[in-house]
Amino acid sequence: MPAVINAAGRAVPTEINGKPVIPFKGVGKHMPYGNKYGPPIPSCSDFPDDGNKVVPTLEEALLRCGIRDGMTISTHHHLRDGDLVSNRIFEIASVMGVKDLVWFPSASFPCNDPVIKYLENGTINRIEGSMNGPLGRFVSEGKMKGTAVLRSHGGRVQAIQDGEVKIDIAVLVAPSSDSYGNAKGTGGKSACGVLGYAKADSMYADKVIVVTDNLVDLPCLPAEIEGNYVDFVVVVEKIGIPEKIVSGTTQITKSPDRLLIAELTASFLEKSGILKDGVTMQAGAGGTSLAIAVFLHEILKKKGWKSKFGFGGSTKYMVEMLEQGQMEYILDAQAFDLDAVISVGKNPRHIPYPVFNAYNYHSKGNLTSMMDIMILGATEIDLNFNGNVVTHSDGCLLHGIGGWQNCLHARNVILPVPLFRDRIPVIVDEVTTLCGPGELIDVIITERGIAINPLRDDLFESVKESGLPIKTIQELKDEAEKICGKPSKAEFDDEIVAAIKWVDGTVIDVVRKIKSK
Amino acid sequence: MSNSYATSGNSGPKVRSDCEMILELRDEGGIVIELKSKVQILYGESIEKQCVEILNYFGIRDAYLKIDDSGALPFVTAARLEAAIKQLIPSDMAFLPELLEENTYSTSSGRFRFSRLYIPGNAPGMMINAGLHSADGIILDLEDSVAPEKKDEARILVRNALRQVSFNGAERMVRINQGERGLKDLDFLVPHNVNLILIPKCESTSSVRDIENRIMEIKNWFGISHPVYLMPIIETALGVEMCFEIARASTDVVAIAVGLEDLTADLGVARTSDGAESFYARTRLVNAAKAAGIQPIDSVFSDVSDMEALRQTVISSKALGFEGMGCIHPRQIPVIKQGFAPGPEEIEKSKKIVLAFENAREQGLGVAALGSKMIDPPVVARAQKIIDLAISLGLLSGNWMNEIPAVPK
Repeated sequence: MPAVINAAGRAVPTEINGKPVIPFKGVGKHMPYGNKYGPPIPSCSDFPDDGNKVVPTLEEALLRCGIRDGMTISTHHHLRDGDLVSNRIFEIASVMGVKDLVWFPSASFPCNDPVIKYLENGTINRIEGSMNGPLGRFVSEGKMKGTAVLRSHGGRVQAIQDGEVKIDIAVLVAPSSDSYGNAKGTGGKSACGVLGYAKADSMYADKVIVVTDNLVDLPCLPAEIEGNYVDFVVVVEKIGIPEKIVSGTTQITKSPDRLLIAELTASFLEKSGILKDGVTMQAGAGGTSLAIAVFLHEILKKKGWKSKFGFGGSTKYMVEMLEQGQMEYILDAQAFDLDAVISVGKNPRHIPYPVFNAYNYHSKGNLTSMMDIMILGATEIDLNFNGNVVTHSDGCLLHGIGGWQNCLHARNVILPVPLFRDRIPVIVDEVTTLCGPGELIDVIITERGIAINPLRDDLFESVKESGLPIKTIQELKDEAEKICGKPSKAEFDDEIVAAIKWVDGTVIDVVRKIKSK
Repeated sequence: MSNSYATSGNSGPKVRSDCEMILELRDEGGIVIELKSKVQILYGESIEKQCVEILNYFGIRDAYLKIDDSGALPFVTAARLEAAIKQLIPSDMAFLPELLEENTYSTSSGRFRFSRLYIPGNAPGMMINAGLHSADGIILDLEDSVAPEKKDEARILVRNALRQVSFNGAERMVRINQGERGLKDLDFLVPHNVNLILIPKCESTSSVRDIENRIMEIKNWFGISHPVYLMPIIETALGVEMCFEIARASTDVVAIAVGLEDLTADLGVARTSDGAESFYARTRLVNAAKAAGIQPIDSVFSDVSDMEALRQTVISSKALGFEGMGCIHPRQIPVIKQGFAPGPEEIEKSKKIVLAFENAREQGLGVAALGSKMIDPPVVARAQKIIDLAISLGLLSGNWMNEIPAVPK
């Protein structure tokens, strides 16, 4: 396969899964032209006049959608680790003898590990989406027939809109739906809060199936999935396991070291002047991020400041800011815990805001570039501030990209990370897999010091008298290696097992098969 | 010899930064290592190399070694293997990792000991970052927090930690065991730049002197000149009655601490939050320490989730005259430090007193006055101590006298 060196210096192929791909050209350099992809034209006269699209089973819905070899089936991940439907699709396809499907999830979770058997028996050719745990290992060992393609949440919408991925059948689980297919993330026994990741799928797929365990009277409002895009509605006993859909409560870290990192992060944001009245912010649901949210909340209160809006992944701690008056709005792509699910259901200032609008490269503007504070993680960061979120230092695929790449466009991208995790250094000479170019990553905050990207001289100037432990990234790396020892590198075969797409659809890096012993 | 094997360390799903070793000595076949490690790809080779080096150091050429590694750092791996070896071959040899340059500092007898963080002596994961939380002292504990069957391996681990883990300038403390075992513990500590030894359940001057003498012997043997201070812990009714004598038992005793869990047990009373049951013991200990010119240190506060109750306890502790407390969680450290640090009003008042005294001296006056009040020398000395403390805590500039307008006459 021909390979080229892309603008990030990585050797990438020009063809993946038999289709030509464009190597990464640099941030904001790729400008595709032409028109957006359009799904086939439907006619309302093909659909029942009474609007009732309910069919008895998922099998029948899939058959009536014309499921056949080689099709692309999409799902969303709002039910997270409690999803009971995705695996079922491939179980049905396997029984039908359908081969070589492409699974296009917005993310996969440990509950999806059973699809390994459908990858092994040929029902699924490949996954284009995140992979972790046993599924990641399966791919990293070169056992998947096709090549995996990993995209960010925004990159997934981009690929749908510019026709890079054509969804044949979207199977969209919904906690509430009416018989017409208007659906939402609240209500019922499997509430997940919002359904933002499903929006592009519903609009661009050839066929759309809504699967619910809570059929409500027409109209189901406010509809996040609009019934006029939906072909069939299937009612099942149970779409998910509630306690695995949302964690009852997200837990702030109790680790003194993580709390120290969170405290340093809040202190950095305060002393650098990034935190201010009217600030916009986003933080994740990890234990450290939650602690940062709490510390930032305290500072906002103390100063009498208010955040203009927070972009969710929302949690209890963001909801507290909203309810106690330190945050004007929560715009929400997904609700992580029960407090967030309840809040989005009742608080008019807590509003579903799909990644379709927020993260998409083909939008006329980017919400993330309007954010002042962006708190993100990484498995590895290198001396050039490049970040890796998909593989571990041992070379195995471990996480999806999520919204990580999209969020890098924020004004101040802060990565609070431990300097090492159980002897595994986080700062390395060169990232195993490049997911985000260093020019977009501004500050690394570890328990042993803070490194500021040399491109951000302004930030350096703002904190140089602050007493904060500012170090160079080289100093941080040396400190980690002094404690942990110099690590050996993972070794790889030549075979490419996964492609990493940048937000614009170009190939920024690839993951190769881990060397067999 | 072929049937003898030893185990050391810890493994399991919740274990981090540690490893478990199973060592079997053999008569032939060379060294066979079976390594299962979370960091196999990154450090597998270096772990095996390190283990072979240690086995060879102890003269072992034929052995089977099984390692279950959860990301142990090299000083931990070395300690675990040495502990396993010593179960099979009694030896006075020690495989010493390098003593880091930054671990060679000494401390002074009068330094502040507001917060001292207890770290269990057999928990390597908690040692690695202990120095990041700005405690005045870090106590590696060989006594109550180590299970009896783990005492020997903890000693070796603590020794290696003293050499290899940087505590960022915190006073390097170890709580030894009681009695004979405690004296033997000293062999693993004194040559490795320990700054202070805590003596548990101290009831007599003779136990302090035994420890002092043993430390002196080891220091002479190794040619060590830096001080090794002592902090006896009073944890029994008898100890309370003896505390003044204990405080003066050796010039190396720089502080005495009270341990309320054991003391209340010995008194046969329940430990309460207002502490009425230990009021006598605490005030007596403060008095004894002040009479002996050393620091009285309060017990640990055991509810790590209740920071407000801790804050209140610190306030009452400071009011009784204590000059520090133990911590069992790093989050307690800032609360304790803030509590014992002088407040802004206290600092302002002290500044005025010191300035008035300086003014009087410059004018050749024998006595200083602030307003209509005469200032006695002990008041000045106390004010100066608070100023020094404020400067050392960063609450006041070292150059404060030149930064503010002089007090109007």
